[in-house]
Amino acid sequence: MESKTQFPDPSQVREELIEKYPAKVAKKRNKSIIINDPETVPEVQANVRTVPGIITQRGCSYAGCKGVVLGPTRDVVNITHGPIGCGFYSWLTRRNQTKPETPEDANFITYCFSTDMQEENIVFGGEKKLKVAIQEAYDLFHPKAIAIFSTCPVGLIGDDVHAASREMKEKFGDCNVFGFSCEGYRGVSQSAGHHIANNGIFKHMVGRNNEKKEGKFKLNLLGEYNIGGDAFEIERIFNKCGITINSSFSGNSTVGQLENAHMADLNAIMCHRSINYMGEMMEAKYGIPWMKINFIGAESSAKSLRRIAEYFGDAELKAKVEEVIKEEMPKVKAVIDEILPRTSGKTAMLFVGGSRAHHYQDLFSELGMKTVAAGYEFAHRDDYEGREVLPGIKVDADSKNIEELKVEADPELYKPRKSEAELEELKAKGLEINSYEGMMKQMMKKSLVVDDISHYESEKLIEIYKPDIFCAGIKEKYVVQKMGVPLKQLHSYDYGGPYTGFEGAINFYRDIDRMVNNPVWKLIKAPWQKTADSEKESLSASYVTQ
Amino acid sequence: MKHAKTATQNACKLCNPLGACLAFRGIENCVPFLHGSQGCATYIRRYLISHYKEPIDIASSNFNEDTAVFGGSRNLKLGLQNVTQQYRPEVIGLATTCLSETIGDDVKGILREYKKEFMNGSPMPVMIHASTPSYQGSHIDGFHGAVRAAVETLAEQGTPQQLVNLFPNMVSPADLRHLREIFDDFSLPCMMLPDYSKTLDGGPWAEYHRIPPGGTPASAISLSGSAIGSIEFTSTLADAKSPAVWLEEKFGVTRYQLPMPIGIRETDRFFSLLETISQKPQPEKYDDERRRLVDAYADGHKYIFDKKVIVYGEEDLVISMTAFLREIGMVPVLVASGGKSGQLKKKLLELVPDLEEAGIKVRDGVDFVDIEDEAKLLTPDFLIGNSKGYTMSRKNSIPLLRIGFPIHDRFGGQRLHHLGYRGTLELFDRIVNMVLQQRQDDSEIGYTYL
Repeated sequence: MESKTQFPDPSQVREELIEKYPAKVAKKRNKSIIINDPETVPEVQANVRTVPGIITQRGCSYAGCKGVVLGPTRDVVNITHGPIGCGFYSWLTRRNQTKPETPEDANFITYCFSTDMQEENIVFGGEKKLKVAIQEAYDLFHPKAIAIFSTCPVGLIGDDVHAASREMKEKFGDCNVFGFSCEGYRGVSQSAGHHIANNGIFKHMVGRNNEKKEGKFKLNLLGEYNIGGDAFEIERIFNKCGITINSSFSGNSTVGQLENAHMADLNAIMCHRSINYMGEMMEAKYGIPWMKINFIGAESSAKSLRRIAEYFGDAELKAKVEEVIKEEMPKVKAVIDEILPRTSGKTAMLFVGGSRAHHYQDLFSELGMKTVAAGYEFAHRDDYEGREVLPGIKVDADSKNIEELKVEADPELYKPRKSEAELEELKAKGLEINSYEGMMKQMMKKSLVVDDISHYESEKLIEIYKPDIFCAGIKEKYVVQKMGVPLKQLHSYDYGGPYTGFEGAINFYRDIDRMVNNPVWKLIKAPWQKTADSEKESLSASYVTQ
Repeated sequence: MKHAKTATQNACKLCNPLGACLAFRGIENCVPFLHGSQGCATYIRRYLISHYKEPIDIASSNFNEDTAVFGGSRNLKLGLQNVTQQYRPEVIGLATTCLSETIGDDVKGILREYKKEFMNGSPMPVMIHASTPSYQGSHIDGFHGAVRAAVETLAEQGTPQQLVNLFPNMVSPADLRHLREIFDDFSLPCMMLPDYSKTLDGGPWAEYHRIPPGGTPASAISLSGSAIGSIEFTSTLADAKSPAVWLEEKFGVTRYQLPMPIGIRETDRFFSLLETISQKPQPEKYDDERRRLVDAYADGHKYIFDKKVIVYGEEDLVISMTAFLREIGMVPVLVASGGKSGQLKKKLLELVPDLEEAGIKVRDGVDFVDIEDEAKLLTPDFLIGNSKGYTMSRKNSIPLLRIGFPIHDRFGGQRLHHLGYRGTLELFDRIVNMVLQQRQDDSEIGYTYL
């Protein structure tokens, strides 16, 4: 493989990306296609509506709420209230793993409940059917909790899932029943669903159990959904260090844990986008600070462990963390020494998620690979530029439709875990307390940042940069591979994982090595490898906006 | 027996618009378009792509809160304009979702307005509109609905010509290729709809494509009105939803309705019809395929005779599968479907008259929890159906033979054959091998000579 030290001029790339758009669209997309400068981070237009008819990779509010945040819970019976499709498509498709403590413990993760609404329910209302479904779930499993998820027609026909839930909760007495108004048309992407899910869990679950559990260093792991077993690897490392996961949001979680979350002393946040609301609300109500961590990448994992130890400020813990890092790193180094010569100098592009496009850059950099372009699918400006831009973000109509809970300090349970002075001291040491610096400060100068990339733009970028690997999801996978470029799925991990921590880093290095150095790509001629005189269908795009 | 459930647990059906998107993928230069929230397009793309392992673009009118309240007309028109300019499609396959159907958007009216407002008489893509609310029927209804809508939109009256329409039902790309080959071998021109044999099982691209190459051209569908006959593989499709019935009523194209040709008897029926229509004898190649299949039946019968099996999936598929399983001496103790045409048992009796005597139970409108309850009582030797039965298979230690759609936990679902002598032989080999493997795994010694 030729080394690619020469990168195209990013301003020219941007011009090329938007030149075929009509002026109005070019103007709109221009605000979402940004040339990075880590020193003075430019503004990125994000979390705005997708133009109809442009094929987006984004999902819906229901997907964010039921699929992402509540999907990994194992002892909540999740009931989809709607026609059959939504429940079916979110039926264990995200490869979330869970491990009940005993084989007898509740595990509904392979179950898919739906009210399977029929025409008569649309015409005459579906609340009655919903209540019967809740009753059936209760009779069948006697679960600790039942959650109801609204799909598109529910809000329109006026079904009140919250009233139905309250009624059934009162009737049962020993089962927490609550609903989510996460109809697919709410918000601009699945991001709205994350917020709705955060609100619901906070309102209906957190704070119900004040039991003080054992453990000297107790934290909640937020925004870790245990895809491919990621949370298990983090747990393994924490166990070695003597750090206790009090509650996990929500990979490998239990109702008991979530209800007891407010008894932890730190909220450690992996995916800022999907769960930052929970961190903020728990800070306000219970005085638990949150801290951004990243366990994607061996170096990042070591850094995150040191930061957690610094937060707890315990000498013994700090020593233990160093011991664990020292123990884990040689295995990682042995693998990277073997693989680095084969991956070094190669290039990657990441267009995925609300945090993964940031986190995985660390793994690529450990492989000696450069991230030439990156962007999120459903993130907001703070995920790009850092939370300091939050006060300046204009709240548009779509965001206004998502409820902002008013949270006040709990008269009994509010207990600041750290004083203001202590927090300032920790921040001075580089800990991201109640803060996140975003993706762009870590990216190379003149790399390209593209929000909610369209199908056309990603093909164009591949043509211009000819990256060695493209990271996205199943929807992009096969079109990218048709052009001879391997695509790594960073939603579901291509059936692999875990990729967190030290073991996960090793898995990722090996997987990327297998992909970028695979002989099959030699058999596929990319469109740009065609002889110069052959006719190439020029990529053109033209859109109209609202 | 448990009382009837109200909620559906682990559904054995998918939603209506998914079937429509799949069928639209089988029309050349066509972009499927869902009128509703973007999540539907995303979920359905993900589900189809995971099975076919090919790119599938589905556009959407991206409803938001105010669209849901004030109607989707504006978004639909904007979306159609963008898809037209961006993809330059010949056809846009428009299907509705539960959202646009619930608010009662008049799609036909919006399309009429769109033509007036934006196109000014200039050429525009053909708009095929299928009404596919997910609160009615299942994915198979959307599939047939889209095929019928395509025919209704495009078919024209013409001088009858040597052409046969083939409506193959929801089968694999490999099946479609095989069907095409059969027609070619009979030298019988065929308008097969849909034909996603290339769009959903194609090669790498030496050049960029906005829309994957392949599919039935709109111009070919137009000719369906002048065909000498339509062959439709279905047992349960209602006349009101059948493209072949519509063509017969509208243009007098003779309709031949056959069950899906699985097994020798049903495939014989199909080939004999081809002989009649083409006025040609069956090519020798298929005599050979048939002979090999009969030979395999004879060689393999000792392994599989009297084995009990549960078969589940779309109604038309399980009907033909049951006929085949009876033909080889197996006992389908339960024939189950998430579909509910009301025809399942009646049509099954036509192919398997000894249904009751053989102790074959038939249930429609079921989910996997119902099937699992039955499995516990019926103790089948194995299950035949799509990937979604895996949980039940694992929990009850009953092996699963994967056929149909979706297959998300094995590789190559798009290349499995089910139809014709060839497809039947492949199914037969797989069934025998499953029994052999089971026997080998269960053996304490582990014989290699079985």
